Parts: sequence; C-alpha cells; structure tokens
Amino acid sequence: MLSKAKVVSSLNATPSPDDGPDADMSKTVIIEMVKVNKWFGNFHALRDIDLTVYEGERIVICGPSGSGKSTALRCINRLEEHQTGQVVVDGIELTNDLKKIDEIRREVGMVFQQFNLFPHLTVLENCTLAPVWVRKMPRKQAEDVAMGHLERVKIPEQAHKYPGQISGGQQQRVAIARALCMNPRVMLFDEPTSALDPEMIKEVLDVMVDLAERGMTMICVSHEMAFARQVADRVIFMDEGQIVEQNEPKTFFESPQSDRAKEFLSKILSH
Amino acid sequence: MTDVSSKAAKQGAFVRGELLPMAPPPHFSVGVFGWMRRHLFSSPLNVLLTLLGAYVIWIVFKGLIEWGFVDAVWRGADRNACLTSVAGHPVGACWAFVHAKLGQFTYGLYPASEIWRVNLCYVIGFVGLVGLMVPSIPFKAANLVFMFCLYPLLALILLSGGHFFAMSPGAWVKLGLSMVLLLAVLLFWAERTKSVALGSIVRLWGLFAVALAILLSVLQTDWGLMPVRTDLWGGLTVTLVIAATGIVLSLPVGIVLALGRRSRMPIVRTLSVLFIEFWRGVPLITVLFMASVMLPLFLPEGVDFDKLLRCLVCIALFWGAYMAEVVRGGLQALNRGQYEGGHALGFGYWQLMRLIILPQALKVVIPGITNTIVALFKDTSLVTIVGLFDLLGIIQASFSDPKWITPASWATAYGFAAMIYWLFCFAMSRYSVFMERRLNVHNK
Repeated sequence: MLSKAKVVSSLNATPSPDDGPDADMSKTVIIEMVKVNKWFGNFHALRDIDLTVYEGERIVICGPSGSGKSTALRCINRLEEHQTGQVVVDGIELTNDLKKIDEIRREVGMVFQQFNLFPHLTVLENCTLAPVWVRKMPRKQAEDVAMGHLERVKIPEQAHKYPGQISGGQQQRVAIARALCMNPRVMLFDEPTSALDPEMIKEVLDVMVDLAERGMTMICVSHEMAFARQVADRVIFMDEGQIVEQNEPKTFFESPQSDRAKEFLSKILSH
Repeated sequence: MTDVSSKAAKQGAFVRGELLPMAPPPHFSVGVFGWMRRHLFSSPLNVLLTLLGAYVIWIVFKGLIEWGFVDAVWRGADRNACLTSVAGHPVGACWAFVHAKLGQFTYGLYPASEIWRVNLCYVIGFVGLVGLMVPSIPFKAANLVFMFCLYPLLALILLSGGHFFAMSPGAWVKLGLSMVLLLAVLLFWAERTKSVALGSIVRLWGLFAVALAILLSVLQTDWGLMPVRTDLWGGLTVTLVIAATGIVLSLPVGIVLALGRRSRMPIVRTLSVLFIEFWRGVPLITVLFMASVMLPLFLPEGVDFDKLLRCLVCIALFWGAYMAEVVRGGLQALNRGQYEGGHALGFGYWQLMRLIILPQALKVVIPGITNTIVALFKDTSLVTIVGLFDLLGIIQASFSDPKWITPASWATAYGFAAMIYWLFCFAMSRYSVFMERRLNVHNK
C-alpha cells in the first residue's frame, strides 16, 4: 500500500537511453521544473512539482479537477507565478524579468479551454497579429505562414470570418493555428476539448494527433484517454497539487500503481 | 410515400418524405400596415391610447409651430419689427433678432476683417472630420495625423495669429536644460533598475519634450497675421474650440488614467485613483473659478496663462477623470482570457493594450463615451461663469443691445441656442450608434 504523498514513478525523471519505444529520441531538455510550489492565498496548489520534458516528447497530464494540472501547465509560460522552486524553459529561468518572460512566451504556444481568440479580429488577423507585432515579420510573409497553418488545421476557407461566426471546433483549430504561427518549440494544451460539443472533439483531436506525428513537443492537460493512448509518450497523473504517478500510457491505463489513479481511472473509463 | 407514412403511423413512428419549402409570411404582418396593426391598433384599448397620444402631441406641437412659424417675425432692421403693435398680430419668435446677431453668435467680437481665418478653420476642420468619419473615404492614417497633430496647431495659429507669447532665449535655455536633465535622470534610473515601465515613461517623456519644443517654436514664429487676443474670441467658435479640445484630450487622459487605475504598480494605481477621485469630486464650476480667479494669485508675478487656455486644461482634466471611469468599465467587462491569450503569444503590456484590449474595451463603452462627450459639449456653457463668451454667453450678452430689446428676443435666442446644442449632440449620438453597428459586425 502506497502512501498518498509518495510519488510512484517507473519512468525516472531522467530515463536511460534504452528505455521504451522512444529510445532514439533526442535528449535535449526543453522544460525543467524543480521543486515548484505555488499557493493561492493559503491553498497549497502545487507541491514540489518535479518535471523534465525532452524535446519532441508528448505528455498528457490528467487528474481530478482541482488537482493543479492546469496551474502546473500555466506556470510553464508564467500565466501563473510560482513562489518557490525553479522553472527553466529552453535554458531560460523564469523570474520576474519581463523581457525573459516574453522571450519564453514567444517559444511556447498555448491553446486554452475557452479558445481565447480575439473576437474583434478575423481568423487570419488573429493568426498574423503576434508574428507581425511580436516577431516583427513582414505582413505578407505572416499571412502566407498563417494560411499555411490554417490549411494544416483544415479551415483556410474561414480565414476572413470573425471567430464569432464559426463553430467551437473551428475556433479551437484556429487557436491552434494561431499558436503555431509563432513557430513555437513547445505547445501547451489546457483542456482543449472540454468546452466543445461532442461532435466537434474529434476534429480538434485529429489536428493534435497530426501535430504530434510531426514531432512537436506537446504537453496536454486532457481527459481524452484515447488520445493519450494514441500519442502520449508519458502520462502524468496529478492529485492534490502533486505528481502522483507517471508512466507510459499503456502501463498507466492497464495497471495503475497508486490508489488515487485507480480510483480516477475507474471513474472516467467506466462510462 | 402514403404507404410509408400510413405504415409509420400504425407503428407510432414518423419519417418525413420531403422537406417543406419556405413560404412567404401572411400579408397583414408585413409593411407599414402590418407594423401599425401590431403596434398601434392591436386592440380597442390600444386604438384609444393611440388616438389620445396623437391628440396630446397635436396640442403640444400646435403651440410650438404657432410660436416658431405662424406668429414668428422673420425679417426686420431693429426691435420695432418684433413689437405686437407694429406687426399687427401677437408676435411669437423674433427670428429677425437671431438673423441680425448671427455673425456675433458665431464669431463673438472677432475683428470683422479677420473672420476669414475663423472660416478657414471651420472649412478645413469640417472637411477633415468628414474624411475621418465616413468609413469609405481613403487616407485615414494620413488624415488622422493631420487632424490630431497638424490641424490643432494650424487652428491655433490661424485663430490667435501667432505671437501667442514671447520667450526670451534665456528662458529657452532654462527650459531645455531642465527637460534634458530630467530625461537623463530617468534614463539613468531606467538603466539601473532595468524596469520596462520606466523605459516606456522615458520614451513618453522624450515624445512630450519634442512635441513641446515644436509647439513653442511654432507659437513664437511671426506668421504675418494680426494677433487676436482670446478675449475677443466668442460665440459658437469658442464653444467648438472648447468642446473639440475637451473631447480630443479627455479621451487619451481617460484611457491613461483607467489603465493606471488597473495597474499592478501601487504608486501608479494610487496616483490614478487620487487624480480621478479629486477631479470627479469637485463641481466643474468650482474648478473653472479656481483656474481663472484663484490660480493667478498663486503664480509668481509676471507669469500668466491665457484664461481660455486655463479653462481648456481644466475641462480636459475634469472630463478625463469621468472618461477614465467609463473606460475602466470597458476594461473590466473583458474576459480575463483575452489578457491570457495575448500574454501567451508574447505581447508586451503596451502592445497587448493597444492591439487587443483597448479596441474591444472602447467598443463596449461607446454608449458611455458618447454620454460623456455629449455632457462635455453642453457643459462648455459653464465657461460663461468666468467671463468667456461662448455661444450661450454671447447670446446672454446680446440681450443688452438696446436696438433689439423686445419681449420676444429673449425666448427666441434661447430657443436658437437650444437648437444648436441639440443639433450637435444629436449628431454625435447618431454617429455613435452608426459606429457601434459598424464595429459590431463580428457579433452577427
């Protein structure tokens, strides 16, 4: 019987080269979280989070609501500020230095549960705004890049519509394209399909699978277990602000080690 | 098909064989008659209320039409034309008076030989404004720069004739040195603390210094125009100068204050709150009084600002505080996700505000901004109190002209003033509705 606080991890923070199917994967560390703690008031939201992400790795974070998975994700691009510990992204440590924060945000794309598209701009303008103003890309080139990504998410024909005029699934695909236009090294997904109608979930997941197959480094907070099985290199299970278990998806889903994970899986897989 | 549906009916299921085409609506529900039927004559009680309403409207407007048109005197050389004894009927409005005084109502006491300068300002301003307001007219960016940077300067030179004030070379050196010194201190501080906020303050300060230098040198140049002191300006011209300056300045002041009030920096936030609460807490009349009567007592001897200029500054700051609260409403109405979406893409604070937050926030509060602008426009009439002759002031002054003292002049002139104010305010209100619809395309 394992105590709740004890972290079960068959996959160590630094896996050996002959470990699992991704043995030939490049071993560049892109994100490193060391003993990260965060409090909301008196509430201890993240407790000693240790996480190392390698380039090209696909990670799915799951866990019950309120377990801190979104907060952990948002600490990576400083949408949430951690209080103790270290977050290092692409060799840059996140501190209060605004310039460094913006530098990291340029390299880290994020997709939100509520899309957060800019409603006053067309789909194309949503995609070109950041490349033009943040990356100082010429507008024409930015538009070409944006159309390329819109084609990749299969909605080039909606480029001149406003976000309010297209469906939720299409909006989320635009949000993915918008993040890709910055040519990020890492993509963060914060429950990208939770706000969607069931019939639209698949179109968004298809785009994410396509992205994974092209070798994008991805960290997804998601409850789409089929997606996790299909693309994830690692599944991280969080509860009460800590990482309780992490493993490759097959082992995690078929023989979870901790009681919390067993209980969680039995709830979401039973229906 | 009947076979299928009868079979389905027996089993309790239903499958539609073919879809119904769209049919036109019944004729009594469309058009003018449809509308009247629905809204005015839908029941006996509504018929009664409609007739009653029409009767009340008739009574009210009958009097107004009789006063303004039927019994009105349109032409005349002096007060005699508007006397009941001369006209031979009870006299309503004395439009002859307004007609005779129209020049004064428009230009105040501006020298007659120089009135072309005021007219030129009107014409250029009108053309530029139309160019800005009609969406299909091109060159918006160039026009924007012209209307907000060059036109105010041009109007200032034309109206005042240059020679606004003279500054000795010594004063120039002193001013320049103090500005450079302040810039150096700020730069040094910004460099040491590496603060982004300080960096933008330095940039703003540099911009301000350049603008001030241009302004001062332009104002001292001799343009070969006859100087006209501002106490000779008057009438609608002064009303429009105050309103335009107030509107153009109060909006940026309000935006800066609103952003300041929502800033995470405690000093900036506190200063903004204090500023807003101070200006919002005092009546405009008090502010104008302080500026025109009390301020000179505190200034060192020899230093004197133009009275109109003082009023302009006060009005801009006073309404800026109101505008700040309106804009803050818009900022708070936005979803936090908009900030996060922008941050996640790597936008810095000013870019985020300018490109993402403010366009949306300002659009949300167009009705509030219009409300404030309309109130500002009407409240320009308060400058009468400190002895400036705006439209209302000059109209009141004209009552003392013995040539035109009649029982009707007073009401006619006030009616005329009301019409002018109403026209401007109504135009602004309609334009704001138009803009709101136009900017709302993405919600349809």
